[in-house]
Amino acid sequence: MSKEPHKQDYPHEEVRTAELTKPPVIGPGYTFGSVTDKIASIALSRRTPFGWFVGFGLAFMLVMMLFYTIAYLVFKGVGIWGINIPVGWGFDILNFVWWIGIGHAGTLISAILLLLRQEWRTSINRFAEAMTLFAVACAGLYPLLHTGRPWLAYWLFPYPNTMQLMPQFRSPLIWDVFAVSTYATVSALFWYIGLIPDFATLRDRAKKTAAKKIYGLLAMGWRGSARHWHRYETTYLLLAGLATPLVVSVHTVVSFDFAVAVLPGWHATIFPPYFVAGAIYSGFAMVMTLAIPLRKFYGLEDFITLRHLRNMAKIMLATGLIVAYGYMMEAFMAWYSANTYEEYMIKNRMTGPYWYMYWALILCNVITPQFLWSRRVRHSVPVLFVISIIVNVGMWLERYVIIVTSLHRDFLPSSWGMYSGTFWDWSMYIGTIGLFLALLFLFIRFLPMISIFEMRTILPQAEVNEAEAKEV
Amino acid sequence: MNKGNDLDLTSITSRVKASSGKEYWRSLEELADTDEFQELLHREFPQQASEFTDPVGRRRFLKLMGASLALAGLTACTRQPTEIITPYARQPEGIVPGRPLFYATAMPLDGVGTGLLVESHEGRPTKIEGNPDHPSSLGATDVFAQAAILSLYDPDRSQTLTYLGDIQPWSAFLGAIRPVLSAQMPLGGAGVRILTETVTSPTLASQLRSILDDFPSAKWHQYDPVGGAGAREGGRAAFGQYVNTIYDFEKADVILSLDSDFLHCGPATLRYSRQFASRRRVSGEGGEKPMNRLYAVESSPTLTGAKADHKIPLRPSQVEAFTRALASGLGVQGVQASSVEGVPGEWIPAVVKDLQQHRGASLVVAGEFQPPVIHALAHAMNQALGNVGNTVVYTDPVEANPVDDIASLRELVDDINTGQVDLLIIVGGNPVYSAPADLNFDLELLRKARLRVHMGLYKDETAELCQWHIPQAHFLESWSDVRAFDGTVSIIQPLISPLYYGKTAHELLAAFSDRPEQTSHEIVRDYWRGQMGAVRGGSWRPPAFASPAGQANTNQANTNQAPGAGLGAPAAGTPQPARPNNQSGNQSADQSDAQPEGAASASATAEFEKFWRKVLHDGLIANTQLPTRTSAPNVAQALQAAQPAQAGGDFEIVFRPDSTVYDGRFANNGWLQELPKHLTKLTWDNAALLSPATASRLGVGTKIGSRSGEIYSDQVELDYNGRKVVAPVMVVPGHPDNTVTVHLGYGRRTVGRVGAGAGFNANLLRTSNAPWFGAGVRVNPRGETMMLAVTQMHHMIDPEVVGDRELVKSQSLSQFQAQGEGGQEDGHAILEDRRHYSLYPEYEYRENRWGMAIDLSTCTGCSACVVACQSENNIPVVGKEEVAKGREMHWLRVDTYYRGPQENPDTFFQPVPCMHCEKAPCEVVCPVAATVHSEEGLNDMIYNRCVGTRYCSNNCPYKVRRFNFFLYQDWETPTLKMMRNPDVTVRSRGVMEKCTYCVQRISKARIDAQKEDRPIRDGEVVTACQSACPADAIVFGNMSDPGSRVSKLKRDRRNYALLDELNTQPRTTYLSDVRNPNPELEKA
Repeated sequence: MSKEPHKQDYPHEEVRTAELTKPPVIGPGYTFGSVTDKIASIALSRRTPFGWFVGFGLAFMLVMMLFYTIAYLVFKGVGIWGINIPVGWGFDILNFVWWIGIGHAGTLISAILLLLRQEWRTSINRFAEAMTLFAVACAGLYPLLHTGRPWLAYWLFPYPNTMQLMPQFRSPLIWDVFAVSTYATVSALFWYIGLIPDFATLRDRAKKTAAKKIYGLLAMGWRGSARHWHRYETTYLLLAGLATPLVVSVHTVVSFDFAVAVLPGWHATIFPPYFVAGAIYSGFAMVMTLAIPLRKFYGLEDFITLRHLRNMAKIMLATGLIVAYGYMMEAFMAWYSANTYEEYMIKNRMTGPYWYMYWALILCNVITPQFLWSRRVRHSVPVLFVISIIVNVGMWLERYVIIVTSLHRDFLPSSWGMYSGTFWDWSMYIGTIGLFLALLFLFIRFLPMISIFEMRTILPQAEVNEAEAKEV
Repeated sequence: MNKGNDLDLTSITSRVKASSGKEYWRSLEELADTDEFQELLHREFPQQASEFTDPVGRRRFLKLMGASLALAGLTACTRQPTEIITPYARQPEGIVPGRPLFYATAMPLDGVGTGLLVESHEGRPTKIEGNPDHPSSLGATDVFAQAAILSLYDPDRSQTLTYLGDIQPWSAFLGAIRPVLSAQMPLGGAGVRILTETVTSPTLASQLRSILDDFPSAKWHQYDPVGGAGAREGGRAAFGQYVNTIYDFEKADVILSLDSDFLHCGPATLRYSRQFASRRRVSGEGGEKPMNRLYAVESSPTLTGAKADHKIPLRPSQVEAFTRALASGLGVQGVQASSVEGVPGEWIPAVVKDLQQHRGASLVVAGEFQPPVIHALAHAMNQALGNVGNTVVYTDPVEANPVDDIASLRELVDDINTGQVDLLIIVGGNPVYSAPADLNFDLELLRKARLRVHMGLYKDETAELCQWHIPQAHFLESWSDVRAFDGTVSIIQPLISPLYYGKTAHELLAAFSDRPEQTSHEIVRDYWRGQMGAVRGGSWRPPAFASPAGQANTNQANTNQAPGAGLGAPAAGTPQPARPNNQSGNQSADQSDAQPEGAASASATAEFEKFWRKVLHDGLIANTQLPTRTSAPNVAQALQAAQPAQAGGDFEIVFRPDSTVYDGRFANNGWLQELPKHLTKLTWDNAALLSPATASRLGVGTKIGSRSGEIYSDQVELDYNGRKVVAPVMVVPGHPDNTVTVHLGYGRRTVGRVGAGAGFNANLLRTSNAPWFGAGVRVNPRGETMMLAVTQMHHMIDPEVVGDRELVKSQSLSQFQAQGEGGQEDGHAILEDRRHYSLYPEYEYRENRWGMAIDLSTCTGCSACVVACQSENNIPVVGKEEVAKGREMHWLRVDTYYRGPQENPDTFFQPVPCMHCEKAPCEVVCPVAATVHSEEGLNDMIYNRCVGTRYCSNNCPYKVRRFNFFLYQDWETPTLKMMRNPDVTVRSRGVMEKCTYCVQRISKARIDAQKEDRPIRDGEVVTACQSACPADAIVFGNMSDPGSRVSKLKRDRRNYALLDELNTQPRTTYLSDVRNPNPELEKA
C-alpha cells in the first residue's frame, strides 16, 4: 500500500457539532487517489487476510452442509422436514420470506435513495446490493426445493409446451415467480452496471495477468470516456427507476401468498404495506449487521461513517414502527371484525402453544427498536449491532408466527396440529446462511465492496471542482 | 455322491431368487431335495415340468390349471410360473377385460358369517362390498371385512408348511399324521384333541362329527377370545339351554342398552345399525317413522353410548345393580332392587316409565361382555315388557355345538396337564397369545402334548410352539360355508387360488378321514349335495352335537359325504359371479356353465348344479335361517347361579376387544392398525383408558408433542391379581371413574412386520374367571412417558377453546319439532343465495352436478367408510412415526367431538371427506392448475401435474388434502400390487391427493349410461364410503336432478354446510344431529 490514509478518531463532541452543521459521509483528508487505493487494494492485494480464510472456511463448510441437505432432500422428499398437515409450509416459506425481505434494503438503498439524491447511500450501496443479490439467491432456493417434485418446478413458468398448459395465473405463487425472478434480474443488472467503472479501475491497477484479463472482461471495454459516462448514467438511472417499484412490489406479492388465502392470520388487507415495511426493516438490520464488522475489520470507518449507521438506525426505527402498527392492527382487526376464527387466531398467537414465539417477536421487533429513539443508542456502534441482530431474529420470528401459528390451528379443531423444525430444516436454513456469507466473503475479496467512483464523487474535491467549473 | 451335493445352498437360493423373480417360495420348497432341484436347473421348462415328476405336485398342477381356467384363464395369480401372456383366442363369456366381476362369499368372524360381494379384476380380488341380499350385511360392511383384502395379500402371512421350522410338502404332513392316527384308532382317539374357533360351518361340523364318530374318545374344543360367550351363557342361564337372541331395532321405540355395543359389536351389528338408523331420521326419507330413544349405561365408552340420548357411565360392578333395580322396577319376579351409585335418582323411574309406555315396542339389550345374570335379567325384562316375539326373537343357537369357550379351553388345559393328549390339532386361532393368563397356555403346557399341529394364517405365537404348522388359506382363497347370526348359510367361495398354498380347515380335517386328499371344494360340495333335498324341503338341520365338550353322541349313518364324487370331479371349483357387471345388472347371472361333471347320474347332477350355482350367486342358501322358538326365561335360576360381584379394591378394570385389531388377529393389518380408534383417535397402539377425574387424581395424563400428531402419555403399571403390565394412559371423557379400560389384540410377540412392537398385551392380565371385567386392579404411575400417535387432538367443542364455531349442529327432537316446517330458515335457500357473493363467475353444468349429504343423526362413527375409502382408492399406510408427524393419508376421516361436562359429555361423529367446494379455495392457489373444477362440479386432483407446493392444503379450511411427503406407497411387494384397484392411480412421492368422490365409479357409470344413451340414474353411482356405511348415513348423487335422493336431502331442514360462512359452497353437506332425550330427564 503506497499511501496509508490517515486515521482519525473523532471525539464524540466533535461529531455532534459536525452533525449540526454538515455531517460528513466520508472522513476528511481523502483524495481521489487515496479513496481508489484504499478500496481497490482490498480486492487486489496479494495477501488475503487470515481472518478472511477463517470466515470463508466456516461459511464454506456450511455451504457443503447445504449441498448435502439438498441432495438428501431431493433423494428422500420434503418429508425430512417437519412440515405436515395442517402445517404445509414451515421453514421453507418462512426462510424464503425472510431472505427476500433482507434483500430489500439493498434495492432501497441503491435505487430509491439514488433517486432521492441521498448521497450518504454511496458508501453502502455496493455491498447492500450484493447482499440483496445473495439474499435473493438464498431465497430462490426455497420455492424451488420446497416443492414435492422439484425437478418439475419449471412448470411454474409459462413456457410453450406440448400439453398447451399455462400456469394457473390466479395463484399468488405464480405472481411470486414473476416478482422474484424480475427482482433477481433487475438487481443483478443494477449491481453489475454499477460495477463496470470499478472493474475498469481494477483492470488498470491489477498486477497479475489473470486478474487483468478477468477484470478486463468484466469491465466490457470501459475507458471512462464522456460517452461511456453518459450512457452509464442514463442506464443506471433507468434501472434505478425500474428497481424502485420492485422494492414495493416484490414483498407485496410475497405477502399475497398469505393475504389471498382464506386462513385466519393470513387473510388480511394490511399485509402488503406491512410486509414491505417489515422487509425494509429487516433489510436495514442486515445491512447494519454486515456493515459494522466490515468497517471494523477493513478499517473503513471513514467510508461507512457513524452517519450511515445513524441514518440506517432512523430508517429502522421508522419501519419498525410501521411493523408495530401492523401487529397492532392485526390484533385490532381480529377484535373489531367480531369473527370467531380471527379472534381465536390472535388469542392463540398470544396464549396458545406458540405464545413464546409471539412475545419474543414483540420483544425483538417492537420493544427493542424503541431504544433507537435515543441519540446515545444511535451513536453506539456495539449497541446498534446488537439491535440489528435482534431485529433480524425478530423478523424471522414474525414469519414463524405468521406461517406456523396461523396454519397449526385454523378452522376445524379436529385437524389442528403442531409443528417444529427438524434437523434438516435447520441444516438447510443454516446452510443458506453459509451460502450467503460465503458469497459475501468472495465478494469482499474479489470485488470493490464500496463503489470507488461514486465515493470519489462525494469527496469535497469533486464538489469544489464542479462549483468551480460552473463558475467558469 | 453326485455333483448335486457340491452346490452350496446360498448360490442355489440366490439363483432361485434371480430366476423366478416374483415367486421364490415354491422353489424353496424344492430346495429341500437338492437332487431334484439340480435336475430342475437343467430342464427346459423347470417350473412346470418338475410338477409332473411328483405325483402330488402333478395333481396340484392340474388343479392349478383348472383353477386358472376357471378364473378366466388369466395369468394374474402370482403363484404361476412366468408365462408369455397371450390374448384370448376366444373371449370367455362374462369377462370383459377392465370390467370387474363381483362374487358373493362370506366372511367368518368369531365363526359367524357376514355376506360379502367381492370385486374381482381379472382374477384378482381388489375390493370388498356387502351383500345386499344377506341378512347380516344388507349391503354394508364393517372395518374388518373392508380390511380383509389386505390380510389376503399380506406378504407376512405364513407361506410354507413347516415341521420344526423345516419346509415340508403337504404330502409329508399327511404321511406323518397317518401313523399317529392309526395308533389312536384302537384307543378310540383318546389322545386326540381338536381345538377350533367357534364353528358354525355345517360342513366343518359334519366333518368334526364324523371324526368324533371314528374316534369316539377324541374331544373337540372351541375357544374364541372374544366371541359371543357372554350372550351364549346368558341365554343358557335364562333358558336352561343355549339360545340365539335376535333383536329388531326397527320396531323398537325405546331401547335400553346394558353396557351393550350393538352398533359396533357382534355378528349382527351391521343389521342392527341399519335398523337403528332407520328410526333416527326425523326428516327426509324415513322421517315419517317416529324417532326412537336410546338409553345406555356403559362401563367403557362405546359407539352405542355415543349415539345414546341418555347415557350414564357406570363402573362395571354397578351394571348388575342397575340392571336389578331396573328389573325390579319393571316387575320382574324375584329381583331385589339395590341402590346404584352413580345413577341419578330420577333416572331409573323415568326409564322404567318410558319402557312401560312402549310395551311390545321396547327393547332391553344386554352387553356382549356382561355376565350371564345380566342377560338373564334382560331376557326377563323383555319378557315382562311383552317384547318377545316383537322386538326380540329367540332361535336355536347358530353354533354347530355351542359351548362355554373358557370352560372348554380349561378342560383342554386340564387334559394336557394330566398327560392325556397325544395329538393336539389347533385349527385357526392363537390361544398361546389369547388364552386367559391363568390358564398358562404356554410352552410349558404344550410340551405335555406330544404332537402338536397348528393351522393358521400367520406363523404366530401358537405356531412357534407346535411342531407342525400349516398355512391356512384366507377365506377369500377357501371353499367353505358359514352361518350368519340368524342361521342363514352362505357358501364361502374363493376369489383366487391360495396365494401361499394355504389349506383350509376342511382339508386338514379330511386328513382324519379315509380320503385325506380331498379338496375343500369337493368336501363342501359333497356335503351340500347330500343336504340339497333337506334344504329344499325346508327341513334342513345342521349336524347335532350332544354334549358341550364335543363328545359325539350318535352313530348316525354318515350320509353327509356322498361317495364316489371325489375322483371324477374337477379339481377346483368354479366361482360364480354375483353381479357380472357392477350396477348395470342386465346380464344373466349364470355365466359359466362349462363345468364338466364326471360320474354321477345326469339329472341329479344337473339339479345339484342348478342349486349350487344359485347359492353361490346369491351368496346364501335360502330357507336356512333358524326357526324362531318360544320359551320363557327362568330368572330365579339365573339369579341363583349368578356369582356375586367380586369385591377386592375400588379400582376396576374392563377388558374389551380392540375396535380395529380386534383380538389381535388383525394385528398385522396396516389399514386397521392405522385406522384411528373411534373415540380416542389413537393409532398403532392400545392404551389404558381413564376418566378425566381419575387421571387427574392419579396425576397422569397426556401432553401434546411438537410434531403434530403425537402425544406423550404417562405410563402406568397395571397390577391385577399379581400380574402386571405397563401401559400408556389416555384420558377419555365419559369414562366411568376409578375404572380402567384396556383393549386386547396388542403386544403381539410373533407377528408380521406391520404389527411388530405395537402396544401392550392386555391378555396378560385377563383371567378365565372374570374375562371381561374385575375389581382390584392397582394403577401405579411410573413416571415415564411414551409417545402415542393420534389423529385428532382436540375433541371438545368448548366455547372457551374454540369460540362459537358451529361445526356439528345438533338439537333435540322437541326443539326440532317446535321450529316446524319453515320455522327455521331454510338452509338450502341460504346456500343457494350465497352463490352470488363470489367474485368469480358461476360454473355452468350441463348434466350432472355431484353432491353428497351425510346424516349426522345416523352416523355411528364406526369408520367402515374410512377403510372402504382406503381400499377403493389405493391409499397407503404410513406407519406410527408418520402419523405422529401428522401425515396420515386417509382421504376420509371421522371427526369426534364432545360437548358438555367431561364426566358425561354428548359425543358427535362427523365424517369429513373432501367438500368439493363450488368456490374451492384450493383451486385458485394452485400455481400449476393441478386441482381444477370438473364440468360435473368435482374438485379434481391431477396427480401428474402436481408439483407439490402444498398451498392447496394450507388454503383448505377443511384440511382434507393429504400430501405424499415421502414415497409412502409400497411399489415393491408383488402381492400388494395385485391388491390395488386398477381404476385408481397409485400416487408417488411429492404429490397432493384427496377424496375424489370415487371419480372412477362415476366414470364407469357414465360409460354405461352413454352406451345406453340415457342419463346416469340416481343411485347408480355409489361411492365406496357410501356403500360400506351400515347406517346408510352417506348419500351421493346428482344435485341437478331435483328428484334424486341427495337433492331431497339437501332440501331438508336439517341440511347445513360446514364452515358455510366462508362461502366455499361445499358440495358435501351435513344433516344435523337430532337427539331424542326424555323430556322428564331433560328438565332435571
